[in-house]
Amino acid sequence: MAQLDLNSLSKRYGDFYAARDVSLQVADGEFLVLLGPSGCGKTTTLRMVAGFIEPTAGQVRLGGNDVTFLPPWKRNAGMVFQSYALFPHLTVAQNVAFGLEMRKLLRIEIDRRVEEALALVRLSGFGARLPRQLSGGQQQRVALARALAIRPDVLLLDEPLSNLDAKLRQEVRVEIRELQRQLGLTAVMVTHDQEEALTMADRLVVMNEGSVRQVGTQRDLYERPADRFVAGFVGRSTFLDGTVEAPGRFRSDGGLALTCTGGQPGRAALALRPERVEIGLVKSAGLDNSLPGTVEFVSYLGALIDIHVRLSPNDRLVVQVANRDGGFTPEVGQSVHVGWSASAGLVFNE
Amino acid sequence: MTMALAIIRRRARRWALNGAAAVALGYILMPLIFVIWLAFFRQEIPSFPPEGYSLKWFAAILDQRKFVDGFRNSIQVGVLATLIGLALGVPAALCLSRFQFKLRTPLANLLLMPLIVPGVVLGTAMYVFHVELEIGLDMDVLGTFYALVAGHIVIVIPWVVRLVTASLAGVDRATEEAAQNLGANPWVTFWRITLPTIRPGIVAGALFGFVTSFGNLEMSLFLVGPGRTTLPIVILQYLEWKIDPTIAAVSVVQILLIGISMLITDRYVKLARVV
Repeated sequence: MAQLDLNSLSKRYGDFYAARDVSLQVADGEFLVLLGPSGCGKTTTLRMVAGFIEPTAGQVRLGGNDVTFLPPWKRNAGMVFQSYALFPHLTVAQNVAFGLEMRKLLRIEIDRRVEEALALVRLSGFGARLPRQLSGGQQQRVALARALAIRPDVLLLDEPLSNLDAKLRQEVRVEIRELQRQLGLTAVMVTHDQEEALTMADRLVVMNEGSVRQVGTQRDLYERPADRFVAGFVGRSTFLDGTVEAPGRFRSDGGLALTCTGGQPGRAALALRPERVEIGLVKSAGLDNSLPGTVEFVSYLGALIDIHVRLSPNDRLVVQVANRDGGFTPEVGQSVHVGWSASAGLVFNE
Repeated sequence: MTMALAIIRRRARRWALNGAAAVALGYILMPLIFVIWLAFFRQEIPSFPPEGYSLKWFAAILDQRKFVDGFRNSIQVGVLATLIGLALGVPAALCLSRFQFKLRTPLANLLLMPLIVPGVVLGTAMYVFHVELEIGLDMDVLGTFYALVAGHIVIVIPWVVRLVTASLAGVDRATEEAAQNLGANPWVTFWRITLPTIRPGIVAGALFGFVTSFGNLEMSLFLVGPGRTTLPIVILQYLEWKIDPTIAAVSVVQILLIGISMLITDRYVKLARVV
């Protein structure tokens, strides 16, 4: 395993940047997840690391070597594809052996490493089967074994779980993560599923429109999102549009005068996490902001309840409360009070 | 009551469908059945009912050199045309389905055109072309073995292109990327991954190409030279002055040959899946 460095990597098609100035460092043994909506450049970035796309500018370094212009077959990067991409005419064992044969290892060594790789993904004894005789989850594990058998410098995972059903996905998630830790793999995974990203990553990279918006741990991204996009993409936020009148003073377009922390005077948005807002029938003392409102919509999620509260003709807020025994159960049309401390709101200047 | 009615109606519908299929199949098989039957008649003039049965017409084939020669010529032309047709058609299918270029659609249509153009038109065009070529190059072209093969390649290619293109559409491009990711260069990727995946299409294309070439009459009529006639032409020429069961016996041999090659092919590649 090795360290992976991307230096100002860009891919341009005409005037369109599929990836723009992407710089990342993945430490030896680190699991990095690229997260973003479709078309954000995460897959382009991964494919530049694998060598399938030649960057317009920038550099890819793998284990200290510049591999930017090496073709895919000369890089030692193991990739797991979204469709698994197993060779349909080869058995499981032949699939796993393929990369080792390309490396011209001795037959005896190949057989040993195929066994080892299949054992890692708990598929010993399946070597003689054809891919189509396996379930989706098993095929996915063969793809993983095939990529691991070559002992890659870096493991690349392109939405590896998106073709599995929800329950299996959760299991495989844990499996991949444990394997990665156990073998000390340097891994880069691409996903648009934030739950997947949050549960698997050591560090996350949020991308949008070809650029890296923020790099950090789960906590970094959730507590201190760098911009409005990250605040909306990682976890949920409701945004109140308005103006910062002075640092600490925010006035919404609906006319609400609110206390916040920081912010530059000018147009801005105030982001609030639904679970950081309190709700009750009476005004609660001790909060920096406390406002009356009307319940407009309630969605019951089981353990949690989402309550949409109208604060002004222009401002609506989502509040999330735990569904506790004897807890607050709102009804549509009810008059309520919502409140939050100044530090719960994040101000993003435009 | 309504339930019983529904069952009756469903049965009636199934009977109607099977009946229609049987009629269609019978219509297709009838000539074959009669030809096969006729090959075993004892009398020389085909008439019903047969006076008796005999295998002598099969022996008679071997006595007629032109049938044996025609058969050999047809096999030679068919095999050679099929091999060259594969060598040209497979790369063409790869280019058509893998690359976007300006003349892609016209080229695809051009390669499939011999399927639509009547054989007589194709034959006339080639005849004129060969004459011009002969004048231009000042060497024998018309009526030579290679000119005939060249003509047959043209009618083999559409089958190869069509069936290989169809099987290429079923290849997951990610498997090729996976091979490259595992260390295979494009050449190795093609031989070890792409080619085995499209093998059914290639085999089926070769088979249909060969059968088309083997049975071709109209175009070949324009291209054969003296002493180098193909089997269908020999049969036609024989029919022009004589009708006896020898012709039926030749046809039976032909049907057997094609049937056997299809059965053998089907063992390796399920034809029902490709066509």
